[in-house]
Amino acid sequence: MRHTISMLLENESGALSRVAGLFSARGYNIESLTVAPTEDETLSRLTLVTNGSEDVIEQITKQLNKLVDVVKLVDLTEGQHIEREMLLIKVNAGGATRAEIRRVVDEYRARILEESETTCTIELTGASETLDAFVTAVSRAGIIEVVRSGVSGIARGENSLRV
Amino acid sequence: MELTGADIFVRCLADEGVEYVFGYPGGAALHIYDALYRQDKVKHILVRHEQGAAHAADGYARATGRPGVVLVTSGPGVTNTITGIATAYMDSIPLVVFSGQVPTSLIGDDAFQEVDAVGITRPCVKHNFLVKDVKDLAATIKKAFYIASTGRPGPVLVDIPKDITAHKCEYEYPRTVSMRSYTPVTDGDPVLIRQAVDLMLSAKRPMIYTGGGIVLGEASAALTELVRLLDYPCTNTLMGLGGYPATDPLFVGMLGMHGTYEANMAMHECDVLIGIGARFDDRVTGDLSKFCPHARIIHVDVDPSSISKNVPAAIPVVGAAEPVMREMIKLVNASDRKPDKQALVAWWKQIGQWRAMNCLDFDRDSKLIKPQYVLEKLYQLTGGDAYITSDVGQHQMWAAQFYKFDKPRRWINSGGLGTMGFGLPAAMGVKLAFPDATVACVTGEASIQMCIQELSTCKQYDLPIVIVNLNNRYMGMVRQWQEFFYDRRYSHSYMDALPDFVKLSEAYGHVGFKIEQPGDVEGAIKEALKMKDRLVFLDFITDQTENVYPMIAAGKGQHEMHLNPCKAVVPTDRELA
Ligand SMILES: Cc1ncc(C[n+]2csc(CCOP(=O)(O)OP(=O)(O)O)c2C)c(N)n1
Repeated sequence: MRHTISMLLENESGALSRVAGLFSARGYNIESLTVAPTEDETLSRLTLVTNGSEDVIEQITKQLNKLVDVVKLVDLTEGQHIEREMLLIKVNAGGATRAEIRRVVDEYRARILEESETTCTIELTGASETLDAFVTAVSRAGIIEVVRSGVSGIARGENSLRV
Repeated sequence: MELTGADIFVRCLADEGVEYVFGYPGGAALHIYDALYRQDKVKHILVRHEQGAAHAADGYARATGRPGVVLVTSGPGVTNTITGIATAYMDSIPLVVFSGQVPTSLIGDDAFQEVDAVGITRPCVKHNFLVKDVKDLAATIKKAFYIASTGRPGPVLVDIPKDITAHKCEYEYPRTVSMRSYTPVTDGDPVLIRQAVDLMLSAKRPMIYTGGGIVLGEASAALTELVRLLDYPCTNTLMGLGGYPATDPLFVGMLGMHGTYEANMAMHECDVLIGIGARFDDRVTGDLSKFCPHARIIHVDVDPSSISKNVPAAIPVVGAAEPVMREMIKLVNASDRKPDKQALVAWWKQIGQWRAMNCLDFDRDSKLIKPQYVLEKLYQLTGGDAYITSDVGQHQMWAAQFYKFDKPRRWINSGGLGTMGFGLPAAMGVKLAFPDATVACVTGEASIQMCIQELSTCKQYDLPIVIVNLNNRYMGMVRQWQEFFYDRRYSHSYMDALPDFVKLSEAYGHVGFKIEQPGDVEGAIKEALKMKDRLVFLDFITDQTENVYPMIAAGKGQHEMHLNPCKAVVPTDRELA
């Protein structure tokens, strides 16, 4: 099953490579991984999406927790949570396709960031499946470039991940 | 007063109570070596190869329970320690390894003797650090010792760039450490411990299976008390030997690939398995699908990731072996329920029948020296009280089978990584820690050559170790597998052109004996034990066809042991010549 695991990491050089190294050393999958500092500059927040049987996910969370740089960890999939991902996409937008692209952009409540004579650069934030659907919808125009941020996630309601 | 990083380093070690540093100098570590020269608190042992330093520190740590300390230079200095670090990592041994690094300004430039020590060691350390500011040096060293020696212990590397060892700052060694991201648990969950005890007491065919966690966690006394209180059979893993007294009738021997018939059969037939400080690794379980088919499993371990990793536990208890077993003892004593006497009588009767197979028996009338016989004699003549280090191979298994360890920390071997070359340097660490104890290194003619250079270190520091070389002129364990699984195609497992070990020992300034007759075994060991101030190399020319039994082949269940000590058909020296 797909799991979204979120953690607070010491903001130390090398912390990220410990996480990534664990996944390669033990043969776990990483579907996506995002990391950035938090309001507390000594901590980064890392969210990763992985796949595996329940046993494997249990091992992954235990092994991650064992890393000295991991301060706190939550498997968001175990509770109600929100996941968001950001997409930047550049598509062909010459001639008649531009109108079609605008229509799709409106439908998905995406945003056109920039237009040139032949291209259009769009931003969309949402659940990963929405992004997938959007990419399919504009693909007929001809995709030039796709940039996805990877998933970040947060628990719903009063649950939170903090030290 | 401000001190240089190098002086701070040495002061930290002294304040940490470090007795010995095992090391080898080089450019990036020279400020530190200069600081070592100017003090007399910390003793430095100069090895002949950095791998030896890591194994020696490891042996010291295994024998004493205190972290072993290594100091090496950058580049090849630190890469040479990798095998030693990985060895310690696999067996959860506390080591603190300090490596010199090129100056901070040169890091990343492919400078002379630069290697990414933190990157290269990352998969085989518990944690590592690169010190970037002299002001962080003391606190980092404190953390390194703390992390290495608490929770599930393990090696920690601290990489120190050369300029940091020249920079100055005020020195103060932190008295305590607290890390928000590292808080090892010790006490187990009382609810789970209670459930565990209930299950234990409901058993008809119980089995207590313990590993290195008992030794590392100083939990032998608690284990012995618990086992005797329950009257349950106890088996130890290769790493756990000495955790329970081997001469006790409740001990059924080592389990696993070369474990005893009774231990493996009792594992297979038990209805409740109590695993404590052991990790259910593949050399113990055999084929997982056939493992303990009737058992409900209790698993106590200080490392949560060890629990349910290979075998799902019905009752997982995260906690250190000692406090958890103390709690168990309390609960058993307080419980109305007592172990099922009647069921136990039947169970012990069954175990007695398995025992009667006498699975470790060997040919005592042989005209050739049987390796098992040498170890049996070594056991008798040292009164079972020596520190035994070993290398890897058949000799290691025979040592584990035939030397009955009644105390923890006496059996020192590379279980997890299986590192040939470990035995001799490890023995140096043990001998330094316990100069008055008998320290013997049980080895094979292939293994001993992997760190043979350390004979020179033994000379320099007067380390009278007894080397018991079971010389079968084969990489015996490899040969055994080739005999069993490769149709006797002995591909590259014969050690041609062996050195004359007696002359070699003499060249290094030691004493060597070659023993070729079974009748000379006892005398030679006695002689070696008498020479208290000399290292003695005993080169036993053993029967090269001998195999280690019992054996569970890969893919087999614990109950599917090879027991038949059929003679191996292998070309002997003469036929090959
Ligand atoms: C560094 C290393 N290389 C290779 C091996 C694989 N290996 C395991 S046992 C063994 C043979 C050991 O031979 P010897 O030391 O003579 O001991 P014996 O089995 O004959 O008692 C080998 C090559 C190993 N364990 N470690």
